[in-house]
Amino acid sequence: MQNTNNVLVDVQDLKVQFNLHEGTVHALEGVSFQIQHGKTLGVIGESGSGKSVTAQAIMGIIPSPPGKVTGGRVLLNLPENDASVRVVNVTELPPSGAEIRNIRGKEISMIFQEPMTSFSPVHTIGNQIMEAVRIHYPDVSKQEARDRTIEMMRRVGIPRPEERVDAYPFQFSGGMRQRAMIAMALVCHPRLVIADEPTTALDVTIEAQILELLKDLQAEFGMSIMYISHDLTVVGGVADDVMVMYLGLVMEQASTDELFDNPLHPYTEALWRSIPTIDGDLDRLTPIRGALPSPFAVHKGCPFYSRCEKRIPGVCDQSRPPMIEARPRHWVRCFLYTESK
Amino acid sequence: MLVYIIRRLVMLIPILFLVSFIAFFVIELPPGDWVSTYITQLRTSGIELSDQEAQRLITMYGFDQPAYMRYFKWVSGIVTRGDFGWSFQWGKPVSEVIAERLPITLAISLMALVFSWLIAIPIGIYSATHQYSLVDYLATFIGFIGLATPGFLLAMILAWAANQYLGFSALGLYSKEFLDKPWSLAKAIDMLKHMILPLVIIGMASAGSTIRVLRGNLLDELKKQYVVTARAKGVSEIRLLFKYPVRLALNPVFSTIGWLLPAIFAGEVLISIVLSVPSIGPLLLRATLAQDMYLTGSIVLILSALTIIGSLISDIYLAWADPRIRYGGLSK
Repeated sequence: MQNTNNVLVDVQDLKVQFNLHEGTVHALEGVSFQIQHGKTLGVIGESGSGKSVTAQAIMGIIPSPPGKVTGGRVLLNLPENDASVRVVNVTELPPSGAEIRNIRGKEISMIFQEPMTSFSPVHTIGNQIMEAVRIHYPDVSKQEARDRTIEMMRRVGIPRPEERVDAYPFQFSGGMRQRAMIAMALVCHPRLVIADEPTTALDVTIEAQILELLKDLQAEFGMSIMYISHDLTVVGGVADDVMVMYLGLVMEQASTDELFDNPLHPYTEALWRSIPTIDGDLDRLTPIRGALPSPFAVHKGCPFYSRCEKRIPGVCDQSRPPMIEARPRHWVRCFLYTESK
Repeated sequence: MLVYIIRRLVMLIPILFLVSFIAFFVIELPPGDWVSTYITQLRTSGIELSDQEAQRLITMYGFDQPAYMRYFKWVSGIVTRGDFGWSFQWGKPVSEVIAERLPITLAISLMALVFSWLIAIPIGIYSATHQYSLVDYLATFIGFIGLATPGFLLAMILAWAANQYLGFSALGLYSKEFLDKPWSLAKAIDMLKHMILPLVIIGMASAGSTIRVLRGNLLDELKKQYVVTARAKGVSEIRLLFKYPVRLALNPVFSTIGWLLPAIFAGEVLISIVLSVPSIGPLLLRATLAQDMYLTGSIVLILSALTIIGSLISDIYLAWADPRIRYGGLSK
């Protein structure tokens, strides 16, 4: 939607479904967005909104079966050494083929939510970080890979990295493990780091440190970040642009300041009202009414219809609202703004 | 690590003494003893045996002494001279009787174990990575059949089939014509042929359960987050599979070596009896029936000792394979 040549990831009308035993889940129903070089895109949404599936689709690691990309493209614009740009469509690549494997971990890497379980318990931290270097740079010697690993561990703030490199994950605290995870994601200097709720499992002080670290690293290495969270304040703190997802659709998308100042979609407004602020009146926190619909439900109209306070019966439940640029560089998927345009 | 092993080895000594006491207690439990049974047998078969002669036999075998004296003699013989006592039934030292059968028992058991792993591990891995595929269903089916079919029944059927259709007598270790011959290449080949059947039957039985255990473990491991992490790093599927989940899923399989050890020593009793394989299992059965006390006691003692040593080996293996156990144990 943003027309610049500075686009790294261009997701176009991506559709993913999961054919489960209980029925088909339409996890993504036509998601489009772009990530710019060196910028941070924040993705906000409840559980089941399709945030993580989007991330998996970009990496080409959607669990299949049961998951399947049924439409759309994920284009990566990878600058080559000779200043040309290599365009790769991830959805067309065989998911375990050599081409996508060369992109995973090297061009795009991922920081996962659960630092406790994301490492193999029986291999050393160093071994697991080094593996990424050894795979993507086959001509790098073992010693060199180890040195790079230690250097990256030092960079992410792990004390005494030359000793800790041989430690096992269970000897690390949660915060240290997440730092190790970040070191693993960054050791090959990727162009995009997808952070899938990286601080959810950590306590608040550690969370602040990790966020600070990510910002510093971005300033240093210049990579793009896709930051997935259900925590609005966290996303507001790190992201340049924000998109709000609900049940497999992008509901609203704008720069962070614009979105926080002028939330347009009733869902976004409702989300805003449900966060406590330090100076706000605690009594006036309003939860979003109703509950998330069943993941198996098929929505003819707007998926938020059943919970929306500004719904227009006969319109919103009949057809899916289009994405509209309601304000400059501010897109929203809602019938409330179709007239004003 | 070394300290841990030495400490465990030292702890073995009192346990082994306790085990020897229990083994002796068990063989003393049945009423009567081998000598009085023997004397009664001689008398009923019409042989004149004076009371004096009978008393001489009782004294000779030490049955005039109280039980604890015989226990002491037995244990001190084992500890000081490796002498496990006298087998009344075979008329020679227990150690000799066991030693005669040990090589063939070990050979069959170990080869059956390796054989079962060779078929079970690839099938288990394939089953788990291709869950609900045709091959998975087939492997599950065969696995359950292998588990559910009694080995001795399979042994009988296969021995009969070999004889009927191949004209090959699978019983015993050698064909008739080689029985009294000295060792030769032909005899060795003949023996190998006779070992195929027990190997396959014993191996199949344990392969069935190994497939189930491995498949279940691997399915659990494949769902873990670290698999996704590794995939996101760009690790190739096959390398990923063997480096992470298979490595963890095999731990429970290899750690059962501990309690397999006594089974390896004894051999499969029923199958060995059916196929007339001269292993230690049938020996124990016959010794027990004949009240051949020291032979029974010694085999029971060795089996118990192997159980204890086996669990030590399992613990050491796990400590070696899993750093969480290794370091957890040392920090205490």
